Formats: sequence, C-alpha cells, structure tokens
Amino acid sequence: MTDGLTLHQTVFALITSLLTFLFILELVRRRRLREEYSWLWLLTAGVMIVLVVWFRLLMIVTRLIGAVTPLNTLLLFAVLFLLAIAVHYSVIVSRLTTQVKNLAQELALLSARLDERRP
Amino acid sequence: MTTLVLVPAFNEAARLGRVLAGIRAAAPDADVLVVDDGSLDDTSGVARAAGARAVRLPFNLGYGVAVQTGYKLAVRERYACVVQLDADGQHEPADIPALRAVIERGEADVAIGSRFLPGAAPYRLGVLRRLGMALFRLLARLLTDVRFSDVTSGFCAFNGDVVRFVATEWYPTDYPDADVLITLRRAGFRLREVPVRMYPRAGGSSMHAGLKPIYYVFKMLLSVALVPVRREAAAQKKGLT
Repeated sequence: MTDGLTLHQTVFALITSLLTFLFILELVRRRRLREEYSWLWLLTAGVMIVLVVWFRLLMIVTRLIGAVTPLNTLLLFAVLFLLAIAVHYSVIVSRLTTQVKNLAQELALLSARLDERRP
Repeated sequence: MTTLVLVPAFNEAARLGRVLAGIRAAAPDADVLVVDDGSLDDTSGVARAAGARAVRLPFNLGYGVAVQTGYKLAVRERYACVVQLDADGQHEPADIPALRAVIERGEADVAIGSRFLPGAAPYRLGVLRRLGMALFRLLARLLTDVRFSDVTSGFCAFNGDVVRFVATEWYPTDYPDADVLITLRRAGFRLREVPVRMYPRAGGSSMHAGLKPIYYVFKMLLSVALVPVRREAAAQKKGLT
C-alpha cells in the first residue's frame, strides 16, 4: 500500500514546488508581491519540498492521517494550504474594506468642511 | 439641546427637496445633514440649495456607511441628539418632534420610530417581509428584555452617548438593523419605540432589491447570533462613560 512515490511523482512534485517557491521569491524581489503576503505561499511550497525530499517524514505523516498513498498526503496538504491562503486573504480583504470605508468617510467629512469654509 | 437631522441619500435628487422642506418645517432649529452616498445625480447640490449641509462620499458605500459618516460628524461637532430618516419620503418628517422629545426629555437613549405601534399609520407589507420581520422580532425578544414592534426601522433618534457608540468600528455598516438594536440594548442603553408614519416608496431604487434580501437575512442571522459572544460592545460602552 505504501510503496512510496515513483520517480516520476517525486520529480514532478519537486519541480512544481520548487518553481512555486522561486516564483514567489521572484515576485517579492521585483516588489510585485509584498513580503507580508508572501510568507504563507513560501511556507506552502517549503513544506511541499520538505515532504518530497524527506521521504520518511512523508510516510510517517501518511500513516498518521490514515491516507492511502503518500501522493494523497501531498495533495491533501496542498489543498489545506490553499484553504489557509484563501482565508488569510479574506481576512486581509476585510481589513482593507474597513480601512477604505474609514478613509472615504474621513475624506467626505474633510472636504465638506473645506467647502463650508469657502463658499 | 443641539440636534442634527441626518438624511442618508443615494440618487435622491428628485425626492430630496420635499423631504428637506418637511424637516425644515418640523424641526426649524435643528441642523440638517445630507450624506450623499456617491450619487450619480446632483443629490448634494439639491441638499445645499435647500439649506442643508451636505457630505459627499467619494463612491457608493451603502446605507450603513452613509449614516455612520453622519454619526462621525455628529460626534466631532458634539451634537446632543441625532435624528435620522430616509431621503426617499418613506418617513414622515412631521414625526421628528415625537422622536426628538424622547431624547430631549431623557426618557430613553434611543427612540425608534415604529410603524406597527398603536397610533402609527397602517403600513402594508408583503408576506416575505412580514415573515422576516417576525423572525427578527422574535430574536430580539429572545436576546433582550425589550419587546420591539418594529426591528427594521431606519427612522430613529439617538442621544450623544449612543452616537459616540455607533460612530465606532463596532457598528455593522452593511445593513445595520435588528443587530444594532439588540447590541445597543445589551450594551445597556435604554430604547423606546415611538409610533410614526411610514409610506411605501414613491419610486427610486430600494436597497432591498434583487438577491439582496437573501443576503440580508443571512447577514442578520449571523450578526444576531454573534451578538451574545461579542464582548467588544459592552467594553465600548464602558469606555464611553
């Protein structure tokens, strides 16, 4: 049942997670992605890499969560991290919504005060 | 007592003039503030021409954000009483003195205009809206010690303490309704209903259109359900006094 990953699976999983990791780093380097929003992506890719390279750990986790094959474990972790990232962004969007609301209100109040001063 | 009459308005240039004239007649000594929620028409121009103050939001942010903008102004300029009513003519300005009197005499911290109390003009509603209202009335009854007859009224008056309270981040700016009343009561404010007249809309677009009622019911259920486990409201109240 737990025969481990085939060579194909290992290479593919390693390449995708490495590429993801490097792509995120590149976005941060070019200042297209802020550091504060990159950490969860880097963590996701990093954990993927560790699980693929450190095969014994992957097997332990697979047995621990009762998954059928190690590949299932990798996919499960990928989905969980994507979920975490989506929730993370919902929280950020909520904060931004509040900030935009407050800014708009402040702007409206200030410009009304200016208008009232010079008729 | 300095009073601010607060009128949130979105694309109401056509109906606003009559409402403002009604307010002027009913409360000649009060300041009138129209919060223009990013209208595409000349709502703020009409307001200024009618002698009201106007604050214009840079884009449309919804009813709750518009009224809260008014609360923030009222806090900064230390108004002791804020009366709010809709710009579309659904609320009868002649009932403003009745709401105001409750606040000015200190009989309550919040006066809610109810269309269902004895003495209010008869108001007809569709089956769904009646069902929704009954549900939220029941929830308000279960979560507070007050029996509300109208939990979705946008025609109400607050005293200064309440205005400071609703000007904070605690205030739910997307569709504030029953959850506000419940939280205000649980924060220890005294609420009192006053019979008022309300009329069906005479055109314009309601904020309850399309799929929004479904979201509204969902949001209100969630918001009401969370009231008992949200502690910030009570803490906020303590901070005020």
